[in-house]
Amino acid sequence: MKNRSLVSITDYNKDEMLQILELASEFEKNPHQNLLHGRVIATLFFEPSTRTRLSFESAVNRLGGNIIGFSDSSSSSVTKGETLKDTILMVSNYSDLIVMRHPLEGSAKYASEVSSVPIINAGDGAHQHPTQTLLDMYSILKTQGRLDNLKICMVGDLKYGRTVHSLLIAMAQFNPVFIFIAPDELKMPDEYKSLLDKKGIEYHEYKELADNMNQADIVYMTRVQKERFSDPLEYEKVKNVYILRNHMLADTKPTMKILHPLPRVNEINYDVDTNPKAYYFSQALNGVFTRMAIISKILGVK
Amino acid sequence: MEDKKELKVSAIKNGTVIDHIPSQNLFSVINILGLNHIKQQVTFGFNLESKKLGKKAIIKVADIFFKDADLNKISLVAPDAKLNIIKDYSVVEKKVVSVPDEISGIAKCMNPKCITNHEQMTTSFDVVHKSPVALKCRYCDKITDQEHLEII
Repeated sequence: MKNRSLVSITDYNKDEMLQILELASEFEKNPHQNLLHGRVIATLFFEPSTRTRLSFESAVNRLGGNIIGFSDSSSSSVTKGETLKDTILMVSNYSDLIVMRHPLEGSAKYASEVSSVPIINAGDGAHQHPTQTLLDMYSILKTQGRLDNLKICMVGDLKYGRTVHSLLIAMAQFNPVFIFIAPDELKMPDEYKSLLDKKGIEYHEYKELADNMNQADIVYMTRVQKERFSDPLEYEKVKNVYILRNHMLADTKPTMKILHPLPRVNEINYDVDTNPKAYYFSQALNGVFTRMAIISKILGVK
Repeated sequence: MEDKKELKVSAIKNGTVIDHIPSQNLFSVINILGLNHIKQQVTFGFNLESKKLGKKAIIKVADIFFKDADLNKISLVAPDAKLNIIKDYSVVEKKVVSVPDEISGIAKCMNPKCITNHEQMTTSFDVVHKSPVALKCRYCDKITDQEHLEII
């Protein structure tokens, strides 16, 4: 992993993913380690994403590194018409590692081709967001004590949701059973189902949320976004089907945990927040440890 | 000899003849093979009668023998192209083109949010299906199908 860019979750094999998770757990036990003293990490956010940026910056700060960068392209020379290539070439002179968020798909791969320092993709449009996947895996491992043989229920926008696609690819290496719950318009795309078929992995598809998640170890919620629907009427029909409410959790497994990449809008009712099965805020904290692990591995300090 | 067909584009002594190009893609073929930058003699016919294509184009390039890899680049715009290699006015070899496994440049990614449509850079695709053509962008992973195929 040393000096290699992380553009897509498929850049890491199973063994490398497990190494990251193990190191994340080490950092959780001992979060203040001065491993990055004197190192400079650039955080280039060509579109705002406060949550992801703060998570990365917190990870760098806890490791004693320094941060340069911008949180919005309006405050950089991009507004003067500078190309991505020029920005990356310039910043790679100033830093040891670049964390980049960009609205265009494939931008992270292109940046990794022109950069002389490794790139971590912190989201390139609707394409990839591999550190989210690793933190999701870490949350699953931490709450279930294992990654193998779990029942994972994915709910909401399974068609466009990049987080569920990456998580599916990653978890497919651990013999899971998937339960997909989505309206017809937002069903899991065939390419992912045929990938599961090829690997002989069991999955079930439902339209109703209630009762179908009772066997699940993990319920992964996503937002159903209005702009995804071609017909507004369809959205009106399904928008309330996928709201998770506290009373729906009564018959779920006691060890089950609810994950959500956040931000949520209304898909998890506030009455769920105090249920011990709600895990989405702790999941965000896990992001810091996971990102500490990824940065340390890439810079070769661990 | 009287019934020999009149040649619409005169013969070359040595070189390559590319026949059965769809007329509307003649200039794409010229661009892809870089014929607008070479020193050798190039002659072409445009909107010639063709039973198979309706209107076809033909290009005769003197003294150049292309590599197969270069010729295959034109398969996206001239899938039925027939090539004759000419030596001393005789056809010494016939070739057809085939769609390569990967394509660099030539085609445009149909995803408007793909980085390749916003930066000055070369597109790059894996060919996931050859007929009809389907190209998977190596940057955004989206598929560009035959119907949406646009030549740069």
